[in-house]
Amino acid sequence: MTTVRPLVPETRPVPAPVSAKKPILVALVVLVAVALLATAIGPADLSLGTVLNVLASHLPWWHPHATASPINQAIVWEIRLPRVVLGGIVGSMLAAGGASYQGVFRNPLADPYLLGVAAGAGLGATVAIISASRSMYLLPVAAFVGGALAVTLTYLVGSRATTHSAGSSIVLAGVAIAAVFTALQTNLQQQHAADLQPVYSWILGSLSTASWSDVGLIAPYVLISAVVLLAHRRLLDVLRVGEEEATALGVHPQRVRLAVVAAATLGTAAAVSVSGLIGFVGIIVPHVVRLTTNASYRVVLPVSMISGASFLILADLGARMLDAPAEVPLGVVTAFIGGPFFIFVLRSRRSHQGVL
Amino acid sequence: MAALAETSYVVELESLSVRYDSTLALRAVSDVVVAGEWLGVIGANGAGKSTLLRALAHLVPYEGVVRLDGANAAPLSRRHFARLVAFVPQKPELPQQMRAIDYVVLGRTPHLGYFGVDGERDRARCASLLERLGLGAKVERTLATLSGGELQRLVLARALAQEAPVLLLDEPTSALDLGRRVEALELVDELRHERGLTVISALHDLTLAAQFATRLLLLHEGAVVACGSPAEVLDETSLGHYFGARVQVLRSSDGELVVIPRRQSERKP
Repeated sequence: MTTVRPLVPETRPVPAPVSAKKPILVALVVLVAVALLATAIGPADLSLGTVLNVLASHLPWWHPHATASPINQAIVWEIRLPRVVLGGIVGSMLAAGGASYQGVFRNPLADPYLLGVAAGAGLGATVAIISASRSMYLLPVAAFVGGALAVTLTYLVGSRATTHSAGSSIVLAGVAIAAVFTALQTNLQQQHAADLQPVYSWILGSLSTASWSDVGLIAPYVLISAVVLLAHRRLLDVLRVGEEEATALGVHPQRVRLAVVAAATLGTAAAVSVSGLIGFVGIIVPHVVRLTTNASYRVVLPVSMISGASFLILADLGARMLDAPAEVPLGVVTAFIGGPFFIFVLRSRRSHQGVL
Repeated sequence: MAALAETSYVVELESLSVRYDSTLALRAVSDVVVAGEWLGVIGANGAGKSTLLRALAHLVPYEGVVRLDGANAAPLSRRHFARLVAFVPQKPELPQQMRAIDYVVLGRTPHLGYFGVDGERDRARCASLLERLGLGAKVERTLATLSGGELQRLVLARALAQEAPVLLLDEPTSALDLGRRVEALELVDELRHERGLTVISALHDLTLAAQFATRLLLLHEGAVVACGSPAEVLDETSLGHYFGARVQVLRSSDGELVVIPRRQSERKP
């Protein structure tokens, strides 16, 4: 008996979309491990058991009796955990902002500070430190306002430029606005030399004063920002074929860019307002994700968010342990890793094929 | 895809002009491209071929009117327009790390909402398109690993994924070798018949233009100087004049037109 071969060619299974599940899972496992480690390590060495015990005692729906000593409970809950959580949120936001900016500006070296948010926040923070005579209440608000103002100016100036590529004129406007804001900030700083130390340490970035109120302050902004950015993940992939082709596919690249820049700025300005200007996270993390997983923004965005959190928690652990009991500025730690990493990215094989 | 075959679109251009700063790149071009026709746009470098196609694709601002099946195209949203007209640029941007299937799925963009994500049906359609264009085995490969001819078909697949009745091709084959060039044009022609597509393409090679286009439009300095069947347009004197070269137009044994460039000087090698 012969089997009749079907005339229709075998139907192949429908190809699966780029899968983000596995990298997300791996990144989450790493994040949990890093967070627990960073909570346990410190001047007073706590066991993992103590950390877990304190954490469990704060679960809302389950209240096991905390067996750790009140001092250890306070160390975990009031000192280390807020710092770890804040570091995680800030790192997550900086990485997401970097990945998004690299997408909408199609520039592998774009970071969340590209459009002047850092210079603006720096000016705002300096004004606050000088005028409020070191009371730190106004600092985050002033930094946030300064950062948002600088990016808004950049956008207004850049999007009116009459060049063919609106993207690059916005980047150039960002350079100009950042230069002006930095000049103002430097001038102000020089005139108030007495406040040099707090201004300088804010600029280098630190999480040493982290508290739950900081977390509460920035969480809403970062959350909104993250949701908007993640919602644009497919459109960021469309932009990978360039503005003209994206237009031919029915997309308005300028609108996508405006929405993404607005969201990334909101979150980044909030993050740096409590952490200071931590550099390189927004470049290192997305590029490592691209090199190790997949360049689709469906993977790059969520995985960068999770890995950015792990990265900054680890860097902050380094900042407080490398020279304990003194602290190394967090920006110094991230830049120390970031510099060599740049060289690695530039030399890596895949970057020759285009990292975006 | 079913809806597509029955809806062939007429493309009307009414005194289409494009201005780059102060220079007129396109001067009052008018034409009617009937449904299912393949209009080949020819002309020397800088004659306005690309400008005409980019104006039709709404990628550059223009004066005049473009009508799709009788309706003015200007008020259409970009998304709606992209469901009617697909555009293949001369030098497409090819993200090296993207997989073939994901690249083709980008063509589904006009059918998805702003925050929409492609579903299984979109991917299945794109996979069958890749199969149709002979790329069935390359679905999961990244663009970096595909050859020039494969990439050309991939770009075509993305345009077809838009399921638009009008296909605009800007010098679609300029990067391909002779064999791949004929292959790609042959494929466009098959698809034109299969799906009732209206094709408008800029073509560099006049012999290929004569063999594939049903009608030719000769541009010179942004204006139409000749329009009609290949036999009418490919005239030795006018080609010599507008291309600034000596050419000879021959008819092959099976009746096809062949355009041969000749050397300027009489010196033989």
